[in-house]
Amino acid sequence: MTASKQTLEEILNLAAVHFKVPREKLTSDDDFFKTLGIDSLQALDLLTRLENHFHIELPDYELQGVSDFRTLAERIQARL
Amino acid sequence: MKSFHGQALSWELKDGVVELALHRAPCNEIGSLTLEELEKFVEDLDGFHDEAHALIIYSEVKAGFCAGADLRELYRRSREMDRRDAAHGVRDYLERIHRVLNTIDASPLTTIAAVHGVTFGGGFELALVCDLIIADKMARFCFPELRLGLIPGFGGIPRLKRDLGNAVVRDLLLTGRSFNATKVQQVGLVSQVVAEGEALRVARATAAQLGKFDRRTAVAAKRFIKPIPYEELREEIDIFCELFMRPAVEAGLRKFAESEDAQPYLP
Repeated sequence: MTASKQTLEEILNLAAVHFKVPREKLTSDDDFFKTLGIDSLQALDLLTRLENHFHIELPDYELQGVSDFRTLAERIQARL
Repeated sequence: MKSFHGQALSWELKDGVVELALHRAPCNEIGSLTLEELEKFVEDLDGFHDEAHALIIYSEVKAGFCAGADLRELYRRSREMDRRDAAHGVRDYLERIHRVLNTIDASPLTTIAAVHGVTFGGGFELALVCDLIIADKMARFCFPELRLGLIPGFGGIPRLKRDLGNAVVRDLLLTGRSFNATKVQQVGLVSQVVAEGEALRVARATAAQLGKFDRRTAVAAKRFIKPIPYEELREEIDIFCELFMRPAVEAGLRKFAESEDAQPYLP
């Protein structure tokens, strides 16, 4: 598995566990706001969990307009 | 009074520790109600000095510690007044909150902010007046004021400058980005990062430890270590009030106030 696929997989697993959504229902192109049923506050929570998980800093403005898991994974991968 | 339960906050003195709990949904926004109760709290705080050695400030609201000023109320109230009265109203609000925060900052008690979740704007500023910040690892800190065309108005800049290197202060203020608890600990603001849901327990354990020390020594040490930047705090109020009257700020506040998002200040 490539590093970026691994990153995407870890994001999907983390989101599934934390937001209690079956992992098989999540795909890379999903709008995570819709699929996870989260608001902007919960998105902030997700950001913090991802930063803690990957040991990175991800400035909020890098996520502006990002709503799918694949792009989120790309942003994270760029900081690993 | 050794305890109080209000609409926005409550406090209690127990075993030498005063606990101030914020409990106004959605995220302890500081409007006129919270301000009135905070003013009552600092009036009572004087009476605790003989019996208490520590103060813990924490939130009972799940979303976080405090999202800062109640900007919807501020906008609504300023719209109800003419420009001159609105300017006076904002200055009066800031003067009052500064009196509260300066009193907590200067308190002879050792003060601890136990924070989790959203710790934004005025909420961050409330934490900054405390001697120690203990953060849940899911806490998030931010000064989003520049997005509205404002600067922090509750003493944030002078207190950040007191505690941090200027480059970090510029990063926080000029980018408006949020920092997680680990980052805020790395830069030196947070004393301990703890597991989710553990901040209050650790703050209580810390407060119990502080009770073993001689109070007079602790008070002398605090006075020496933590000077209050009164002159810059005054200057901050002036700059905030000047910025507040610009049309761009009114437009930003209107957009914020009319947003249906529960947390429109979030990125």
